[in-house]
Amino acid sequence: MAARREILGKLVLVSGSAEFLVQRTVAEWQAELSDQVADADVTHAEAAALDAGALAELTSPSLFAASRGVVIGGIDNLPDDMHGPLVAYAGAPAPDVAMLVLHPGGMKGKALLDRLRGAGVHEIKVEAPKPWKMSAWIAAESRRLGVQIEPAAADLLHRAVGDDIRALAAAVEQLCSDHPGARVDVDLVNRYYEGRAEIKTFDIAERAVAGDAAGALELLRWALGQRVALPLLTAAFAITVRRLIKLAFAPGGLSGGDLAREVGCSPAQLTRLREQTRGWDASGLATALDAVAAADAAVKGGAADPGHAMEHMVLTVTGARVGKPGR
Amino acid sequence: MPPNGQPGVWSGLVGQEPLVEALRPAVGAAQHWLDGRVDAAMTHAWLFTGPPGSGRSTAARSFAGALQCTDGGCGHCAACRQVSAGSHPDVTIVDTAGLTIGVDDVRELVLKAAMTPTVGRWSVILVQDADRLTDQAANAMLKSIEEPAARTLWLLCAPTSDDVMPTIRSRCRQVTLRTPPTRAVAAALESDGVAAALAAFAARASQGHIGRARALARDEQVRNRRREVLALPQRLRDPGDCVRAAHNVHETAKEESEAIAATLEQRELSAHADAWGTGTRGLRARGEPAALAELKRLHKSRRTRLVRDSVDRVLLDLLSAQRDVLRLQSDTHVELVNEEMRAELEGVSHRNRPVRTLRRIEALLGCREAMAANVAPLLALEQAFLRLARA
Repeated sequence: MAARREILGKLVLVSGSAEFLVQRTVAEWQAELSDQVADADVTHAEAAALDAGALAELTSPSLFAASRGVVIGGIDNLPDDMHGPLVAYAGAPAPDVAMLVLHPGGMKGKALLDRLRGAGVHEIKVEAPKPWKMSAWIAAESRRLGVQIEPAAADLLHRAVGDDIRALAAAVEQLCSDHPGARVDVDLVNRYYEGRAEIKTFDIAERAVAGDAAGALELLRWALGQRVALPLLTAAFAITVRRLIKLAFAPGGLSGGDLAREVGCSPAQLTRLREQTRGWDASGLATALDAVAAADAAVKGGAADPGHAMEHMVLTVTGARVGKPGR
Repeated sequence: MPPNGQPGVWSGLVGQEPLVEALRPAVGAAQHWLDGRVDAAMTHAWLFTGPPGSGRSTAARSFAGALQCTDGGCGHCAACRQVSAGSHPDVTIVDTAGLTIGVDDVRELVLKAAMTPTVGRWSVILVQDADRLTDQAANAMLKSIEEPAARTLWLLCAPTSDDVMPTIRSRCRQVTLRTPPTRAVAAALESDGVAAALAAFAARASQGHIGRARALARDEQVRNRRREVLALPQRLRDPGDCVRAAHNVHETAKEESEAIAATLEQRELSAHADAWGTGTRGLRARGEPAALAELKRLHKSRRTRLVRDSVDRVLLDLLSAQRDVLRLQSDTHVELVNEEMRAELEGVSHRNRPVRTLRRIEALLGCREAMAANVAPLLALEQAFLRLARA
């Protein structure tokens, strides 16, 4: 919210499910309000408990401050009989009141949203970026803080920290406050996050089915060091091997979307999967899935050393391949 | 006398004549206790064991009824009827739909166990799935089971005595139900109005599990599903078949349990909303979110259990066919569980050697063990089917 704009006498709608971003929007709005009005008094209310009296009270002048801010959360839970009064207020807001209403997205309370939009309310949409747009979001986030980040560095940061935008925002903020005005590159990100790369369980499984025992074991060691929940790892292996079996022994005559549905992946993944099935035969796949099931029992309390059970699983899976290692 | 031969309050039991005879002296002795005489034929803690579906909890309930009844279990007085309906104020029935009975539940029971009966002769606490007690819960129970209040009785039920902790076991007197003979189960079904041939089939196919026998006799869909399951092993030619078969069994199990769970959950959630006054305007009562979270946790645990139970029934049916094959391989003159598939099973028994049958049985038993060890049901099924195909 770079541009300074009129905030008093306005109703602003914040919609979206990304809790962290909503909170940040609220905080920025509050900061802006106190910038404009020295002694603004901000009240928070939950829409579910709102009735006509409460709304009137919230929007009437405060005894202690000339102007006031009102934040109403969860308007998807606003009682039906309050829809009218709120929309009416949106059409004619009190001149010395700044109001922010929050809607968590989704279909609930959609009718009210549409009526508010119809009343010409300013809307700020806050949605968590999709995983494939995360790097762009990181770049935008750093620009906001006056720092340039290289695309490769943004990618690396995303991989290291994961999809949690709260954690990502904190990471970006730290980088930017430590290096104001700098250009963040891969080396800098590495200096902060080396070794913390979040190990994706599927990476291990995919390396194992590709026959890359050394690579899979190396990643596994990291995962064990990171205390990744091992049932997630066996589940990733189960899904990976299961897909190979389903693809290798798919009923004849299927292709494209039908085949993808049968296998349980997206059509785009099929090519990659087909490559993976090279080097596998029926007996090897059966051995691999058997080993995964045994490992699942082991990590759920059957083994004294789950770490060893995991290594054993990785080696059995890679050893069950008949072809030369891929990649 | 009722058609299945058990009089009065015992009429719900099928094929358990020896057990009833064994418990009768205890009922008499309980009267002596009330009169102030010590009689060793009665004791204050009982453990009912027996195979699933043999009627452990029915037996325990009948016993409780016989003890509450002034006439030793007439079956028609108010006390007998209340106990069998589960509404007797002095008979607390613990019936878990979830995976375990926790320590908090048991602490409440222990409090109850310290009270004198209100209208009945005894205060009875009946734990239907004592095998689902957590260790902590079982420990909390020990003291009370060893020396309960003068008029309190504990009745525990579990499949085998190994399913409860040794410390619990040693404090109970154990009574064991037998697997009800096929003839008794068939007779019980016939007395419910099931045609003789169908009753005989259901009794055999259920392998002495009375609830399952009733379902098989009553519901054609259950019979069809069983037939499909038994046809499965013939179709496992390559790993793809195995994975798809496992997928189908798992999906059906999920659908079955979804149907049951959804109805129960809806009822419980609306009861919860009524009790806490949620869904209306106003403040949420303190403690409501916690109670709701607890309820949701129970729902999740019950769904897990329902899926597992359903998969387990499939495994038992598959096992029955492999056992039949093994029987045929060793002695051709025995009655089979799957008599109607005799020709087919004989074919299988001639084509294969017993060692192969044994390996298949091992694969199925291994799957049951894996599921008990919390392995994901789909993965456990895939493993079992792959092993079946490779055996």
